Amino acid sequence: MKALHNYIEEKIKPSFEEGGKLHKYWPVYDGFYTFLFVPAHPVESGAHVRDGIDLKRTMNTVIMALIPALLFGMWNVGYQHYNAIGEDAGFWMQFGFGAWKVLPIVIVSYAAGLGAEFLFCVIKGHQINEGYLVSGMLIPLIMPVDIPLWMVAVSAIFAVVIGKEVFGGTGMNIFNPALIARAFAFFAYPTYMSGDKVWINTAGGAVDGFSGATILGELATSGTTHYSPLEAFIGMIPGSIGETSVIAILIGAGLLIFTGIGSWKIMLSGLVGGATMGIIFNLVAPYAITPSQQAFMAVPFWQQLIFGGFAFGVVFMATDPVSGSQTETGKWIYGFLIGFLAIMIRVFNPAYPEGVMLAILFMNTMAPLIDHYVVEANIKKRQKRLALKTASA
Amino acid sequence: MSNVIKIKRGVDIKLVGEAEKEFAPTVPVKTYAIKPDDFHGVRFKLSVKEGDEVKAGTPLLYNKDHDTVKFCSPVSGEVAEIVRGAKRKILEVRVLADKEITYEDFGSADPASLSKEQIIEKMSLSGCWPFLKQRPYNIVANPEVEPKAIFISGYDSAPLAPDMGLLLEGQEKELQAGIDALAKLTTGPIHLGLGTDTPAGKALSALKGVKVTKYEGPHPAGLVGVHIHHLDPINKGEHVWTINPEHVAIIGRLFLEGKFDARINIAMTGSEVINKKYYSTILGAAVKGFVDGNITDGNNRIITGNVLTGTKITDEGYLGFFERQITVIPEGDEPEMFGWLIPKPDKFSISRTLPSWFQRQLGEVKYKLDTGKHGEQRAFVVTGEYEKVFPFDIYPVQLLKAIMTNDIERMENLGLYEVVEEDFALCEVVCTSKIPVQDTVRNGLELLKEELG
Repeated sequence: MKALHNYIEEKIKPSFEEGGKLHKYWPVYDGFYTFLFVPAHPVESGAHVRDGIDLKRTMNTVIMALIPALLFGMWNVGYQHYNAIGEDAGFWMQFGFGAWKVLPIVIVSYAAGLGAEFLFCVIKGHQINEGYLVSGMLIPLIMPVDIPLWMVAVSAIFAVVIGKEVFGGTGMNIFNPALIARAFAFFAYPTYMSGDKVWINTAGGAVDGFSGATILGELATSGTTHYSPLEAFIGMIPGSIGETSVIAILIGAGLLIFTGIGSWKIMLSGLVGGATMGIIFNLVAPYAITPSQQAFMAVPFWQQLIFGGFAFGVVFMATDPVSGSQTETGKWIYGFLIGFLAIMIRVFNPAYPEGVMLAILFMNTMAPLIDHYVVEANIKKRQKRLALKTASA
Repeated sequence: MSNVIKIKRGVDIKLVGEAEKEFAPTVPVKTYAIKPDDFHGVRFKLSVKEGDEVKAGTPLLYNKDHDTVKFCSPVSGEVAEIVRGAKRKILEVRVLADKEITYEDFGSADPASLSKEQIIEKMSLSGCWPFLKQRPYNIVANPEVEPKAIFISGYDSAPLAPDMGLLLEGQEKELQAGIDALAKLTTGPIHLGLGTDTPAGKALSALKGVKVTKYEGPHPAGLVGVHIHHLDPINKGEHVWTINPEHVAIIGRLFLEGKFDARINIAMTGSEVINKKYYSTILGAAVKGFVDGNITDGNNRIITGNVLTGTKITDEGYLGFFERQITVIPEGDEPEMFGWLIPKPDKFSISRTLPSWFQRQLGEVKYKLDTGKHGEQRAFVVTGEYEKVFPFDIYPVQLLKAIMTNDIERMENLGLYEVVEEDFALCEVVCTSKIPVQDTVRNGLELLKEELG
C-alpha cells in the first residue's frame, strides 16, 4: 500500500498538478486517487474528530443493497428466455445467459454515465462526485433486457447532464437521475420500453402461444393475468431487469433500513399509500365503466404492491435523499403520495402501465413544496412564541 | 425538587484518555497570554506595550466599543510580546510572569450592598466581565443590555470532559459570592443545569439563589444552549447571558478579596497524554509546561478544549480563555487504501455502515480517534442525520443552507438566535458530506450581527 501510494505521489501526481502537462485532467486523477485512497486530510477547523462515514461508503451501501435484485434479475432474464423458446436449461445456463445479456447494459450504463460525468467535471474543474455510482447501477435495473445498448448510453448521458450536472452535480439535482434516464428512454423510444416484445429475450424463436407481456400489461388490456401472486413475489415474471423480485428487493430494503441509509419512513408510508389507493379501487371497482377496468380495479390491493416496479421504486427510487423530501415530517407525506399516485396512475392510465416512475418524478417536483410547509410550520411556531411573549409582557 | 429534562437526541463519543481523578503537582508556567480570538464581537485596542510592567488585573486590552470592558492580565509580570498576524491583527498578548504574583486592588465588597452599576463597573475594570457571553451571536456580553436570564451549565457532557466537582473543589464560598453578584445583573433567574448521572460536586450542589434543572441523556445534554432551548428559548429581541462555573468562582474572589485571581483547574486528557491528571493553574497559561515530556512521540494534535469545540494549538500555544481541558490526540495524516470500503473497527460512527455501532451494542467501547476527516467535502446529500444528534426544535440543514445563501430573514426565522457554534458540533462530527458546520454557523452569526446589530 505504501509503495503504491508513493509511486502515485511521485510518478503520477506531478503531471496532474498545477503546471503539469495533464493539469486539465486533475478531476480525473483526483477521482481515481480518492477511489484508491481516502486522502490524508486532517480536519483544519471545527470538530477535531469525525464520523468514519463518507459519501463513498454511503453510496457503496446502496450498491450492496441492489446486488440481490441484480443477481436475481440476471437469473430471471435467462429463466424467461429459455421458457419462452421452450428449451430446458439448468440454473447456471439460465444465470449465464442472463449475465451475458445484463452485464453489457451495466457496463454501458457506467461507462457512458461516468464518461459524461468526468467530461463535465474536467470542463468545470469540479471534483468528481459519487452520486453516479448508484445511478449507474439503478439504470440497468429499470430497463427492459432487450433495450439496445446505445439507448442505454444515450439515456445515461441524458440523466447525468440534464438530470444532474446542469443543476450543479450530486446533491443539487431536483429529479432522481436514474428515473430521468428511464423517463427519457420511455418517451424517446416507447416501442423499446413498453408493449409485450421487450421484456423477454426470445432470440431463437418463441414457442406458439407465447406472450411476453408483463403482469401490468396483461391487466391493462384484459384485467386478468395468468401469473400467480407467488410468482410475482418471487419474481419469476417478465419485467424490467431488477424490478421483478419482491424478495430480492426486500433484502435490499432490509439493508437500507438497517444501516439507516434509506428512509424507512418513506418506504413504509409508500406502502401504506399504495395499499390505500388499492383498497379504494377495490371498493369502487363495481362502478367502473368497462369490464376490463372493473377487473383491474378489483385486483386485491396487496397484489398491486407486488406487481410491476412498485416495490423497486418505493425502496430504491423514492428514498433518494437528494430528490426526495428532506424533512422527517415531509417524508411521511412524500412517501404516502408516491404510493398513492403510483397505483392511481397505473390503473387509470393504462397507456403507461407503470405508474411508479411518473409518481416519483411528480413527487420529486412536489418535495420542496412539502418541505416548505413543514419548515414554515416551525417558523410559525417560533413567531407565535414571540407573539405570546410580547402579549404577556 | 429540581426538574429533570430528558434529552434523547445526541451521542456520547467515548474516547480513550480520560483524566484520573487526582491532582498532579503544579507545573511551572513561565508565560501567560490573552488571545483576542477567544472572544467574538469585540474590537480590541491595546492598553499596554511590550516591556510594560503589569499586575494581575492590569488591563492589557479593552473593547473599543465599550471602553470600560477590560481584558486584564491574569498574572503580574512584564508584557513580553504582542503577537500580531495578517493586517496587524492582535493574536496574543503574552505576559512573562513574576515568581510571586502581585494583584491590582479593586477592593472587596459584599455584592448584596452594591448596585447593579457598581457590580458592572467592578467586573468590567477587573477583567471579569468577558467571562459573560451573550446570546444571540455568542459575543462578550454587552453591559448595557438587560438579559432575561443567566444560564450556567454545571455539567460538561463533551468527550473526555473533566469532573466539575474536581474543577471547583473547595470553592463553595467563591461560587456563592459570584452568584450573588450575577444575581444583581438580571431581574430574571440564574439557571444552573446539572446532570442526573454525573456527580455535580459539593460546590455546585450547595449553591443558593439559582434555579437548578437536571438533564439526562447523551451529549449535548450538558451544553448551555440545550438548557436555554428547553427552559426559555431566545426570541427575537431577547438576550441571555451564559457563564462557566469556574469563572463564577473567579468573580466571587473579586468580590471577596478585591483581586482578579484567575486560578483555575484544568484536566489533561486524550489518548496521547501520559500523565492524565488534573492540574491547578491560571487562566491563559502556556501549555508547554503541561505537554513537554507528557505526551507520546509521533505526530499529535494539541487542542485547548475538547475534541468537539476546542482550538488547535502548537506546544508553544496557550490555554484558551474559556477552556477547562487540554486534549492531545493523534493527527490523522495517513492515506488509507480503500478506506471508504473497508469496515475498520477503529472508527467511530453513528451509522450502522461501520462496525462501530455493533461494538457499542456489545458493551462500552472507547475509541482512540485521530483527526482524520475520513472523506472529502461534498454537497448536502444525506438527510435526517443531523437531527439524530441535535436536540433542538430547529431544522439544522435548512438553517445552514440559509446561512450559506446569506438569507438573513430565513436565518432569523429558522432560529439562529437560539444557537451558537458549539450546539452544532455533533452535527459536524456525524456529517457524511463533511460540511464545515461550526464555521458556517459562526459566519451566520457574524452576518446576522452585522446586519441587525
